[in-house]
Amino acid sequence: MPHLPPVPLSWYLVLSAILFVLGVAGFLYRKSIITVFMSIELMLNAVNLSFVSFSYQLRRIDGHIYSFFVMVVAAAEAAVGLAIILTVFKNRGTLQIDEVDSMKR
Amino acid sequence: MDTLLFIVFAIVAVACALNLILQSHPISSALSLIGVMCSLAVLYLLLGAEFIAMAQMIVYGGAVMVLFVFVIMLMNAGAEKRSGKSWFAQFAGPPLLVLFAAVLAFLILRAVPKLRTVEFGTWVGGTAEHIGQMLFTEYLLPFEVISILILIAIMGAVVLASKEID
Repeated sequence: MPHLPPVPLSWYLVLSAILFVLGVAGFLYRKSIITVFMSIELMLNAVNLSFVSFSYQLRRIDGHIYSFFVMVVAAAEAAVGLAIILTVFKNRGTLQIDEVDSMKR
Repeated sequence: MDTLLFIVFAIVAVACALNLILQSHPISSALSLIGVMCSLAVLYLLLGAEFIAMAQMIVYGGAVMVLFVFVIMLMNAGAEKRSGKSWFAQFAGPPLLVLFAAVLAFLILRAVPKLRTVEFGTWVGGTAEHIGQMLFTEYLLPFEVISILILIAIMGAVVLASKEID
């Protein structure tokens, strides 16, 4: 196996930026409520990767703690958000965000 | 070896994220998101964050995604309808997003020039012992506040899901 040079930490940050942009793209482009919600989770994951990378750079553990808190908030958000989606579906019978537009009228 | 692991799992993560936004069926998107989360867990392990990697697998890859898949199956969500998007969004959107990613990457590479290189095992700070010590000394107040937050979220989810709104 060839000996590869070690990865610079900036690659991790660039990967995190790419994942964040893909999350933004999904959030803006998709029309199904559930997929929009999953894109938000993707963005939170990308930010977590940044936190852990900076923690490695500074040799401090604070970034891990913040990333842990982000995880807890994301879990709480998933529970509440999915309950809201369930209520919208029960009341309107649709999952398309275009069809939930009573505030526009 | 860790370079190879980084390249493989970074490609898997980006491919799964692309698949997430390109698939039209929500269940395929959910499975791709599980792929992203598992590959990110491997990257955390490479960065010496053992506890966060395991929490990522259990909390995200397990609990949150099971919730998503459960809700998708409960609502019997089919493929999403192709709705008319505006001309601007269709043609200017992807180049603008690529531009945004390029600007972010440029700023990162420019603003933080003196970064370490990642070698597996040179720093093992994120064990459960270290995290626990930090969490119960320096970050005790945020920890307690967040436990109240998650309690409120549980009650809110139960109330929201059981209420009839007309």
